[in-house]
Amino acid sequence: MSTPEKKWKTVESGPHTYEDALHPVVLKNYGKWKYHEIPKPGVLKHVAENGDVIYTVRAGTPRQDTVDMIRRVCDVADKYSDGYFRFTVRNNVEFLTPNEENVELMIRELEAMGLPVGGTGMCISSVSHTQGWLHCDIPATDASGVVKSIMDTVYNDFRGMQMPNKVRLSTSCCSINCGGQADIAVVVKHTRPPRINHDLLPLVCELPKAVARCPVAAIRPTVVNGKRSLMVDEAKCMCCGACFGACPAMEINHPEHSKFAIWVGGKNSNARSKPSTMSIVAHNLPNNPPRWPEVTEVIGKILYAYKEGGQPWERIGEWINRIGWKRFFQETSLTFDEDMIDSYRHARTTFNQSAHVRF
Amino acid sequence: MESAKGAASEEVNQSKSVGESLDEQFLNPTPMLDELEKGPWPSFISGFKELAERTEKPMLRGVMDQLEYSYNTRMGYWKGGLVTVDGYGAGVITRYSMIKEKFPEAAEFHTMRIQPAPGLHYNTKMMRELCDIWEKYGSGLIALHGQTGDIMLQGIEEKNVQQCFDELNQAGWDLGGAGAGMRTAVSCIGPGRCENACYDNLKVHLKVLKHFVGALHRPEWNYKIKLKFSGCPNDCTNSIMRSDLAVVGTWKDSIQVEEDEVKAWVEERGLDALVNQVINLCPTRAISLNNGEMLIESRDCVRCMHCLNAMPKALSPGKERGISLLMGGKNTLKVGVNMGSLIVPFMKMESDEDIDAFIELIEGVIDWWDDNGLDHERIGETIERVGLKLFLEGIGLQADINMVSRPRDNPYFKAKY
Repeated sequence: MSTPEKKWKTVESGPHTYEDALHPVVLKNYGKWKYHEIPKPGVLKHVAENGDVIYTVRAGTPRQDTVDMIRRVCDVADKYSDGYFRFTVRNNVEFLTPNEENVELMIRELEAMGLPVGGTGMCISSVSHTQGWLHCDIPATDASGVVKSIMDTVYNDFRGMQMPNKVRLSTSCCSINCGGQADIAVVVKHTRPPRINHDLLPLVCELPKAVARCPVAAIRPTVVNGKRSLMVDEAKCMCCGACFGACPAMEINHPEHSKFAIWVGGKNSNARSKPSTMSIVAHNLPNNPPRWPEVTEVIGKILYAYKEGGQPWERIGEWINRIGWKRFFQETSLTFDEDMIDSYRHARTTFNQSAHVRF
Repeated sequence: MESAKGAASEEVNQSKSVGESLDEQFLNPTPMLDELEKGPWPSFISGFKELAERTEKPMLRGVMDQLEYSYNTRMGYWKGGLVTVDGYGAGVITRYSMIKEKFPEAAEFHTMRIQPAPGLHYNTKMMRELCDIWEKYGSGLIALHGQTGDIMLQGIEEKNVQQCFDELNQAGWDLGGAGAGMRTAVSCIGPGRCENACYDNLKVHLKVLKHFVGALHRPEWNYKIKLKFSGCPNDCTNSIMRSDLAVVGTWKDSIQVEEDEVKAWVEERGLDALVNQVINLCPTRAISLNNGEMLIESRDCVRCMHCLNAMPKALSPGKERGISLLMGGKNTLKVGVNMGSLIVPFMKMESDEDIDAFIELIEGVIDWWDDNGLDHERIGETIERVGLKLFLEGIGLQADINMVSRPRDNPYFKAKY
């Protein structure tokens, strides 16, 4: 790749510098902020020790952006926030300005551009999600499309603050779950062991590596048509897909048998309860592009029940801890089944080791 | 309003009006994807189409065609490979189409991971420059941001990668991590705007990642290592779950209370709210009412942040600030999801010496893991396999009761005799 006329010598600079990317009012009050308020959905007001004020307008983005859209974001920043902006970890864009009069102007302009203003306080924020069919090499679905379909249905709750507490969503295209733990997560669940391409496998896979990748030791060496290959003990296999990452000839994805599961109760914050992992509450939902109606329907049921029954500050997992799983399944009209009983490592820690019963 | 959209969207409007006669459209029909243009949430498909019709880049058309095909067949069609820039072993995520005979324009669609500024702060000058370079060499698609915190410039051919990188690098950008090495880090907004930031996470992030820049560009460990820097235990970067090394701001002394603001809060919202939404939600019952006054027993406080979140004007973190370090967070692959667990309850993080001491600690941890870990084993998995005790011995840390939620409930260990 190197060209003979190459003159530039690489500078291994690491992350971009940040001080030149901070608004002067931010730089002046760096580390000296006193408190904040949320005057209205999508707007934050931060007050510094010396009384300086900075307003933030927050808007949702598609995450899969383009230079055109980002240049429009830059136009807004040049016009209203002195050329500074930032992103949140949930793909929202934020414009910081000390000028209160710019807030409404900015909201109008962002909404006219199609970027919804919201994502603050007790709202449903944007989905943290994975790449999918657009770019990933192991996806069973297209998270961006699922996310678009979900956010269309919760649009008003992104722009409002009517939930008991914040709701964090995630979507992942395989069971690795790069989208992360969330209050509600939509994650692919394979239901069928990998299909092995024995012609391809010896050419593209390092056999011991693929064997070692299996967490339940279900992969064994074998010989097929005189060629070294691998076989899967289908009784042991739990369809996690870990082998597929190591060996592309062990195809785990299937148009029919790669399904969706819905998980609830993940929480990353330390506020009140400790951070918690998610529990599965629905599965075997079809992978149904382009709008995935079965998935959005289940999410809607959970959100509706939580919005109705959650008390102030209760995250979804905390709400369930109070009302119990039995009532959760009743109020969401989802069905608990035997596959939702943990059978993997540390399963015993999820059993009810008490006489606490809910009738 | 229209003028603010700039030249780009004017061209789009033109192309849309031209596009009324179908045969003049650059893109092929994508009826499945077009369904994702409906509804109020901003549509990534509309964005892609706008960009493709304006720039007429064949790669965009090929990728749209392949994506439409995926939506029909419910399968993905990208395979990996090895594309990189001179001197680096990571940072370009290589994608070749597995069905390039069907979609030759999508034959190559590599991604360049770029490390943003800590806190994901931008000014328009640097972002416009990034966009211009990217449009010159690549597709113009950008994901802001990947789950590990990179700017993802999606869609470039191998022949353009080096030149694109050289120009980006001259503009102050560097590639992000990939493979079995140090990865790009994430920080919350930190002291830039948040009153709860307990250390300068942006500064620490920049310094630590610069220190490990070689290991980021030339991965050679057992597996990946991710760092995330959250200013306080609200952990807005989800560091405990999402990173091997979670650096979470905290404080040692008492929560600072502004009595007048507490009174004002109660006057505005009522005593019921104070009881039901603050006192009763304290996880360790550290808050009580004493003759109508709110009292916080600091010895019982675990720094969960709830009361500070509920009463931001009245309460703020203590003055003796620093970080807690948790280790071992990762998601589901193989062993199941693993939350990071506490390794260092408190470290000061103010001076350059503090940061150097932190870097030294991390280097020791990574050295131990590099020696003791197995291939494809994250540090949390290694610690679980060999035991926390051996890990602590290995890196020279004393056991601390804060590292566990309780002492063990079984007698199966070898005591000294």
